[in-house]
Amino acid sequence: MENYSLPPKPKNSVYKKIRNIIISLLVIAMYVWTFVSINIDWGRAIERAINNFNRVIPRLFNPDWSATGDVAMSMLETVFIAFAGSLMAAVIAVPLSFLAARNMMGGVIVSTIGKWILSAVRAFPDIILAILFVVAVGPNAFAGVLAIAIGSTGMLGKMFAEIIESIDMNVVEAMEASGANKIQILFYGVIPQITPEFLSYAIYRFEVDIRASSILGIVGAGGIGTMIIFASNNRNWNEMGTILLAIIIVVTIIDFASAKIRRKIV
Amino acid sequence: MTTDNNSLTPEKVPPIYPVKTKMQVTIIFFVVLGIYLLSMFWTQRQMAGGFSGAIGNMFTVIEKFFPPNTAVISAIWGPMVETIQMAIIATTIAAILTVPLAILAAENITTFRPLYILTRTFLNILRTIPDLVLAVIFVGLFGIGLFPGILALVIFSLGILAKLISETIESVDMNPLEAMRASGGNVFQVIWYALIPQVLPQFTSLVLYVFEINIRASVVLGLVGAGGIGLILNQQLGFYNYPNAMMIIILIFIVVIVIEYISTKIREALL
Repeated sequence: MENYSLPPKPKNSVYKKIRNIIISLLVIAMYVWTFVSINIDWGRAIERAINNFNRVIPRLFNPDWSATGDVAMSMLETVFIAFAGSLMAAVIAVPLSFLAARNMMGGVIVSTIGKWILSAVRAFPDIILAILFVVAVGPNAFAGVLAIAIGSTGMLGKMFAEIIESIDMNVVEAMEASGANKIQILFYGVIPQITPEFLSYAIYRFEVDIRASSILGIVGAGGIGTMIIFASNNRNWNEMGTILLAIIIVVTIIDFASAKIRRKIV
Repeated sequence: MTTDNNSLTPEKVPPIYPVKTKMQVTIIFFVVLGIYLLSMFWTQRQMAGGFSGAIGNMFTVIEKFFPPNTAVISAIWGPMVETIQMAIIATTIAAILTVPLAILAAENITTFRPLYILTRTFLNILRTIPDLVLAVIFVGLFGIGLFPGILALVIFSLGILAKLISETIESVDMNPLEAMRASGGNVFQVIWYALIPQVLPQFTSLVLYVFEINIRASVVLGLVGAGGIGLILNQQLGFYNYPNAMMIIILIFIVVIVIEYISTKIREALL
């Protein structure tokens, strides 16, 4: 009879143990700090919720159909904002992404600077950009377009740069070897490789931008957000229900269509 | 096309791209351009001066924001910390709540199809509602404060997190799970011993990713009264106090970049 025994357990190194203890202590400290110092007035919140519940929730699920026309027009404006904004972003992002891609413009310095610019742009939430543009060009839908355009450029530029970095460089080298100039390499060696994925990401970003542009109106940058803020100020929760329904329907349709198109492209 | 194939003479070389594709691409291009021009027209119709006027005006207005008022930094530090705490709490609650939802929304674990479809549909609808809209509704329900903000963040991030994690679960190696089942493990044992060890690194990474999203979202929740630094920003903008507003925006910018940097480093170490 053979003696079966379990293999020896792998030994944890002292370094790893200490590291794990430090990490858990940090996480515990973070939570203690958070829960001790945050002050939420539970009593008031619960009291308000009990008072307001019947005035808010049932009315949200009972949409005001008479507002359908206005809501539809605002939603259309939202879609227009997202469309114009993401298309602008897709166009601006292309040169920036070539700048940020390590295998295109040569130097590591250029690519690092390009990447820094793109991450700096990405750090601004869309709505903060919208605030800046509302101050700059006035409270209208075009401020929303600009906010979406700048906000999306950061993310699209980063994605585009990653796509360019992942292309098959053999094609480019082969073209270089057979005497093609820079422009020819760009048009016949690089662009055919990146086009499907660029389009796919641009369409995906349009999906994201629909969601983003639906709230820009809260700071005055047009679209359905304007109606949201009016409905909430007037405590018109039936209309809020209609708006919510419109957002859910439009976002779902565009997500679905975009997924279909992207599957076809790539 | 058939004649082309039969006689490939030098003067009748077929084009690189088929004519049909070229036509399609041209039509799509003009449709996209048309919608773009319509959108540009539509969004600028209420604007005095139009595009060029706006761009010219932009630089004169942007000047009002500079220089940012550094004196307010001590006054806005408290709300900024509060904002980060909101994101921490919301991410934690969402990470806990997401576990059952993600398992229910994974096709390979939830073999009972109607339940899977129901959970998926619920998550899809949840994800279509923007965070600020949730915040507006919760502020209406609970009044102005941190609590509606946290609740909005929880629900908003739950949709994203549950979807991402259910996709991770769907891509795991099913062999350990089958082995556990074959040797008599019940559902919970299978999940605990075969599934969780496989998804834990991705789970942590995705939670950190959602934390980044929540930080970005939480800084603006105050615009609708849901607590945090956005509330102060909204007040300062309301008073046309642009240098103060600029300082707040710069602080938000720095905090977002620092937290994203730390989170990215941790995620790189994890995976």
